[in-house]
This record gives sequence, structure tokens and C-alpha cells, in this order.
Amino acid sequence: MKRLNKIYTILIFLFLYAPMVVLIVASFNTGKDITHFEGFTLRQYGELFRDSKLLPLLMNSLKIALASSLIATVMGTAAAIGIYRMKPKMRAAILTVTNIPMTNPDIVTGVSLSLLFVFLGALFKINGVLSMWTLLIAHITFNLPYVILNVMPKLSQMDPSLEEAAMDLGCTPFQAFYKVTLHEIMPGVISGGIMAFTMSLDDFVISYFVYGPNFVTLPVEIYNYTKKPLQPKIYALFTLLFAVILLLMMLMNLFQARGEKKKQLSRSH
Amino acid sequence: MKNKSSQPPAKCLRNRKQRATTFLFTAPYIIWMCVFILIPLGVVFFYAMTDANTGLFTFANLSKVFSPAFMKIFGRSIWYSLLASAICLVIGYPVAYFIARQKPSVQRTLYLLVMLPMCMSFLLRTLAWVGLLQDTGIINRFLGLFGIGPLHLIRNTGAVILGMVYNYLPYMIMPLYTVIMKIDPLLIEAAEDLGCNSRRTFQKVIFPLSIPGIVSGVTMVFVPAVSTFYISQKLGSTSTTMIGDVIESQFKTAYNPNLGAALSLVLMVLIFVCVGIMNRFAGSDTEGQVVV
Repeated sequence: MKRLNKIYTILIFLFLYAPMVVLIVASFNTGKDITHFEGFTLRQYGELFRDSKLLPLLMNSLKIALASSLIATVMGTAAAIGIYRMKPKMRAAILTVTNIPMTNPDIVTGVSLSLLFVFLGALFKINGVLSMWTLLIAHITFNLPYVILNVMPKLSQMDPSLEEAAMDLGCTPFQAFYKVTLHEIMPGVISGGIMAFTMSLDDFVISYFVYGPNFVTLPVEIYNYTKKPLQPKIYALFTLLFAVILLLMMLMNLFQARGEKKKQLSRSH
Repeated sequence: MKNKSSQPPAKCLRNRKQRATTFLFTAPYIIWMCVFILIPLGVVFFYAMTDANTGLFTFANLSKVFSPAFMKIFGRSIWYSLLASAICLVIGYPVAYFIARQKPSVQRTLYLLVMLPMCMSFLLRTLAWVGLLQDTGIINRFLGLFGIGPLHLIRNTGAVILGMVYNYLPYMIMPLYTVIMKIDPLLIEAAEDLGCNSRRTFQKVIFPLSIPGIVSGVTMVFVPAVSTFYISQKLGSTSTTMIGDVIESQFKTAYNPNLGAALSLVLMVLIFVCVGIMNRFAGSDTEGQVVV
């Protein structure tokens, strides 16, 4: 039974990774057809680095992801701390609103924001209201719940008397917050921030409705590309991104493993 | 929080100060969410209820949404995504179970491997399926070696559902894994000691305890699946058009945002009802909505 489940799990992983393998193999293909491997080449990578269009788009994506996840992390962490200290009724009401972008489908979030921007644009007679700023606002909006939902559990795990103790021992409230609370919830803040960053970097659906022609991100442009015959250098870009994300995940794994070992050691002493 | 009247004055002052900081901390977020979550929903409602040309109040958009043609598409979207959710549950559960029963280090690695595809462009991954499935694609080429085919694997219902299952399977595995991992192995041992065979143990212990994960997983697959607009365009045909495709076309090609808003509004209410029913299945489980 156990062995059967192991084989089964391997098969499911094959299913999950098969399309990615296809794309990675295609990036080394001399031919243009994804289904037919003609020979090995690195030409697509060279073309990718000479491409003056794709790399700026990648930079746009990174800029938006970095800015939106940073702003969302700061605003979301502060909000989570405030929400945690609120009366239960108020807390429940705010968490319900927080859940809206998570339970609403992306397309509805995208449509609603795009209508808001167009509406405001018409109201204040702004031409070309859809821009980098609308994209940034949209990304911050859908990133905020991820930060809050990562920070909240850490707050409830924290011993509330810790901060009191710090203040009784002479810390100012600011010091108590900075040295105790923030320190305790840091893992949640970081994981929330990372999650927000990856969500933002890969978002297509919401961006598609709120992007302006002057500031396009990579996923949106890929969508426009996939309507025409795809240029093989996209596969090269995919492969490089895959390598970067794989590396990041391996590093994260390593850090977690080390953190757990440290915890075990300190417990055994 | 603990605001007893018998507290010393210093603490009282501290509490008042704390309340002020609480307000300062939360205010930007509350304002942000009002402006960019609640008001946009109001704007959707406004567009859905007004005429595209005159800007006057009308029910015309909504009544168009409830015409048989659109209702058929709504029905199809729900049917496809329920099917995809069910398939994800059935094929994802053993995987989640397998991962949850490994050593912690292996668990972590496998979990990251489940998450990794979600970080890669879903557009390109879906496009890769076209290359795999099409008549001259990789699978048919492979089958051709044995003299089979070519089979028509693409531009049909099956391909759309395959695309959904493929894209959203990680959303099912993750919450299931989180829940199964937390089941105390002693409970399983106890059930076995009390004479349950492995099937009874699963029925009586493991499955009931994993229901919150199942509900969360089904929700997380169902919501993006029902509103998807890329998968059906690439893997389906004109007879597998989904509601997401229709909404997208209203905004991007047909330029009828009012009808698009009405469709979005109905979709939103529909999902709200569906998710509500599913949560009812799990009992009053409000905290476990998003188990990531």
C-alpha cells in the first residue's frame, strides 16, 4: 500500500512538472516547434539577452512586485497588530472585508478595480488613468490579505504579557513594540512579504484589467504574445525564472532546516 | 483588551494610549480597504444597474445576464469547476496523505515542490499543454510509435477540465496536507489498537478530521476554476466557453463594461452562495477559510 502510494505520488508530480519540462526542453531547441526537438542550442538565451523588450518588462514586474509587497507588508503588519488588539466584533468585521479579495475570484477583483479607476478617471477628467500607479494600487490591494493572514496567527501565538513585562521593566511602548512584538512576529511578517512578492510577480488576471499601455508587466505581455506564434526566447526566459525560483526555494528550505535544528538544540539544553 | 475598572491609573493611561496607537495602526488599512475593496464593488453594482449610453438606471443588463444563452454558460462553468474540484480532491488526497507521513525534511521539500509550479507563469504552463495534447503534439507522437492515434485530445471538455485540474491541484494538496499533518498519529494508533482495520481507521478518524482541509481545498480550486478565462480559450473550443471568457470579452473586445459588470456581479453572488453552502458542510468553521 505504502509503495503504491509512493509510485502514485511520483506520477502526480510527473503530471505537475511535465509541461514545465516541455518548456525547458523547448528553450534548448534549434527548431521553433515546441513539439519537435531538432537539436541542442543556446541561441535562444543569447537572443533573450539581446532582446530590448522582454528584459525591461521583467524589470517592470520586479519593480511592481517589490514596491507592492513592501508597502503591503508594512501596512498589513501594522493593521494586523491593530486588528489583534480590537474588540472581537470589530475584528470580525475587518477580517471579513480582508477576506473579500481572497474569496472573490481574481477576475471580479480586477474588473471592480478597473471600473473604479475608469469611473474616477472620467469624473476627474484624467486621460489614460490606467498606469503604473493603478497597477501598484491593485497589487497592494490583493497583497494585503496575504500579509495579514500570515501575521495574525503569529500574534495570537505570542504571549501578551511579554510586551507588558517589557514595559514594566522600563521599556517605552515604542521600544517594547520594536524589541518584543516585532521580533516575535517577524517570521510571519517575512513569510507574508515573500508570499505577497511571489503573488504579485506572477499575477496576470488582475494586472490584465488595470495595466496601462505605458507600463506593462511580463505576465500581461506573455498573454499578448500567446495570441501570436510564440517566440522561443520566451521559453529561455521561463527556464531562467524556473532556475531562480528553484534556487530560492532550496535556500528557503535550507534556512528552515537550520532554524528547526537550532530550535531543537536550544530545547535539548 | 482587559479593561477592568479596578486597574491602577498608570495602566489605564497606558490602555488609552494603546487604543490610540491601535487606531493609528489600523486606520490606513481600513481606509485602503474601503476605497479599493468596498467602493469598487459598489462601482460594479452601479455599472451593472446603468445603461451604457444614457447612464440611466436600468435592469436591462441584469435581464440580459439571466437570458438562456448566458445561463447556459454559467451552468457550464459551475459544472466544469465542480468536476475539476472533485477530481483534484480524489487525486490530490493520496498525495497530501503521502507527504504528511514523511520525515519533516522530506515533507518540507515535497511541499515546496508542490508550490513551485504555482510560482511559474500559468499562461506558459497552460500553453505547454497545447503542445502536449494537440493532434501533432508530444503525446500523439509518442502514441504514434505504437501505431495508436492520433487521438483528439484538445479543443474539448476533457482538455479544459484537465487544464483546470493541472493548474489548481496544488491549491487542493496544500490545505489537505496542512490538515492531515496535524492529525495526531496516536489517534490513528488508538483506532488500530481498538480493532479498526486501515479502511475503518480512514473512515472513522482520518477522513472526518480532514474535512476542514477538504472544504478549504475545494473552495480554493472552485473559485479560480469557475472564473478562469485563459484555460478554456487555449484548450477548449467555442462550445466550452466559460463565464470568465465572456466577462473578459466584454471589457477587452466587446467594450460593454455595463454588461460585464452585471455578469461579474452575478458571478460574485453565485460564488458567495456556493462557498457558503460548502462552508455549511464543514460546520461553523470560520477560521479555516484559507489554510496556506
